[in-house]
Amino acid sequence: MISPLPLVAALGRHALGLTAALGDYALFTAESFRSALRTRRLGRRFLRSIYEQGALCLPVILIVGAFTGLVLGLQGYYVLNRFGSQGLLGALVALSLVREMAPVLAALMLVGQAGSALAAELGIQRNSEQIVALETMGVNSHGYLVAPRLLAALVVFPLQTALFVAVGLWGGSISGSLLLGVEDGVYWSAVERAIEFADVRECFWKAATFGLLTMSVCAYYGFNAHRCHGATGARAVSTSTTRAVVLSSIVVLAADYVITSFLV
Amino acid sequence: MTPASDFLLRVEDLHKCFGEQPVLTGVTLDVPRGSVFSVLGPSGAGKSVLLKCVAGVEVPDRGRISFDGRPLASENPAADADFRRRCSFLFQSNALFDSLTALENVALPLEQTTDLPERDIRARSLEALRQLELDRFADRHPGQLSGGMQKRLALARAIVTRPELVFFDEPTAGLDPLRRNAVFAMIARYQRQFGFTALVVTHDVPEALLVSDRVALLEHGRIGFCGAPAEFSASADPRVAEFRDSPAALERALTGIRAGEIPNRDEP
Amino acid sequence: MISKRLELLVGGFLLLGLAAVAYLTVKLGAGSLPAGDTYVIEARFTNSGGLHPGSSVLVAGVPTGRVEAVRIDPADYSAIATLRLASALRLPTDSMASIKTSGLIGDKYVSLSPGADENYLQPGARITMTESAVDLESLIGKMAFGSTDKEPEKPAAP
Repeated sequence: MISPLPLVAALGRHALGLTAALGDYALFTAESFRSALRTRRLGRRFLRSIYEQGALCLPVILIVGAFTGLVLGLQGYYVLNRFGSQGLLGALVALSLVREMAPVLAALMLVGQAGSALAAELGIQRNSEQIVALETMGVNSHGYLVAPRLLAALVVFPLQTALFVAVGLWGGSISGSLLLGVEDGVYWSAVERAIEFADVRECFWKAATFGLLTMSVCAYYGFNAHRCHGATGARAVSTSTTRAVVLSSIVVLAADYVITSFLV
Repeated sequence: MTPASDFLLRVEDLHKCFGEQPVLTGVTLDVPRGSVFSVLGPSGAGKSVLLKCVAGVEVPDRGRISFDGRPLASENPAADADFRRRCSFLFQSNALFDSLTALENVALPLEQTTDLPERDIRARSLEALRQLELDRFADRHPGQLSGGMQKRLALARAIVTRPELVFFDEPTAGLDPLRRNAVFAMIARYQRQFGFTALVVTHDVPEALLVSDRVALLEHGRIGFCGAPAEFSASADPRVAEFRDSPAALERALTGIRAGEIPNRDEP
Repeated sequence: MISKRLELLVGGFLLLGLAAVAYLTVKLGAGSLPAGDTYVIEARFTNSGGLHPGSSVLVAGVPTGRVEAVRIDPADYSAIATLRLASALRLPTDSMASIKTSGLIGDKYVSLSPGADENYLQPGARITMTESAVDLESLIGKMAFGSTDKEPEKPAAP
């Protein structure tokens, strides 16, 4: 007979480890926001972060947004066609985009481009003692490196999501009305009728939450690359970047479910 | 006996372990104000750890550090902030910010820790670059500079805040003999010029003896010798002698090989 | 020491993003809310048939307002819909409100048929001449089986 005690102990150990990690992450994020108040010339760092997450990621957002809209138009048309309700294509595309696709896909794309870059950059800065160097200069590394990124994410993610929606709607109109013959006016009036202010609000809440969560997770992993278990140097940077991207993506989808269930 | 206030930095009974591995086992050091103080020792003796503990990068397990007659403690952030403002750290790896230009690198400590106007920061940073003969490379990124220039850039960044104490962590690691001489000359020259106190960790014995006012030998986590360079050169202490006279020891070890007593392993 | 190019790109991105946000909130989020001054009237239905806030209000097939709220009147269990209309459009007191469906499974909307009275509905007034939602299910049932034991006024899918 196998004693269940080791299993129970292992469960407890993992639970404690998870709690400690979550607490550490929460402290990291809190410290980043707190130190933002004491950081000098934050505006310039903030601008650079907006450039990294905004301007640099704009092409991928526009491309993915357009294709998402195109596919939604196509798929929606074939489904609605069976019920003879092609007139609702605009509503289908708009609601799917605003409520789900745009916040989630934009966040995933931003994780892929800006989040991975952030984790890798911070990891390398940790590796080459740049973060320690900041501390020896009396510069708060959280405030200088992390805070502007998190603040920028709160602004950039909703903007990118809005752009994603706009481009996606346009993509849907291309495939729906240009290729499949739904009347253009019908499509756009359905779009306008379908979207409530509550939908838009939910969309922006999601985007801002995803921005904060993903960027803080990516920053946390990069910043703590030296504490990466069982890896050092370049391997530690690659491991923490991978973990940052994977965990951020999971966090986006999990948070999406939670927010949707609370807001609907 | 020198009065206590003439020591800018005093370290007493410093201990540090990494896991089960004791690295520092009771280090005591007194660094006189305005001097170049070198800590010598073989690789792995804990020299860098000592420096990082003193500079507040690593937290020591036990021991007292006082700066300018005032004790320093990790639980006293105010004292810490004052200490941070008045000292600089030159990393073995330079730790330059590779995404910033040379000028931005030098300006960073001023931008982030002072409220000086933009123009003054630029002027002071350019001045620091000029003093280290790097003003022509102000817009280059660190990666576009040679090793020696990177070292000078790191020094420019360290002195731009006009510190009273500069820590040098293996400033000559991985440099060729000429560059090594240049770095030591640079330390000696700028130490005179700016009047800071330098705490240097190195294993280049002859060079360190030339530029230092005091040297200490760190071995197995403790100070084995501390005194003026002349005393170091003349010391009959076997540990000092072994470290100091390593070229002679190498020569002795090589005599047999040169005589061809050990067969070449590459030959069948 | 931030380059002009970076400033330009950041500015461009922000402008573009804000334009998209404005489009989303003002053009789409506000829906077909009539521009300018508005007023509200109420309409009482025995069955609102899934009418929801944001549904369109049409007069002669032209969108002129939206449904602001749908609530239940605890006194007689009827549905009270609050409609927001453009002030420019005044409706006679004997106007009729009916709930209709666009297409077979489309959205519910309120259609207002203006009456002939000389007095106009004041803000907050209630239309009592109403036509409730057509219960499609029972209608199909009637067509298919000739008769149905379902009550005609039974609410449609909520």
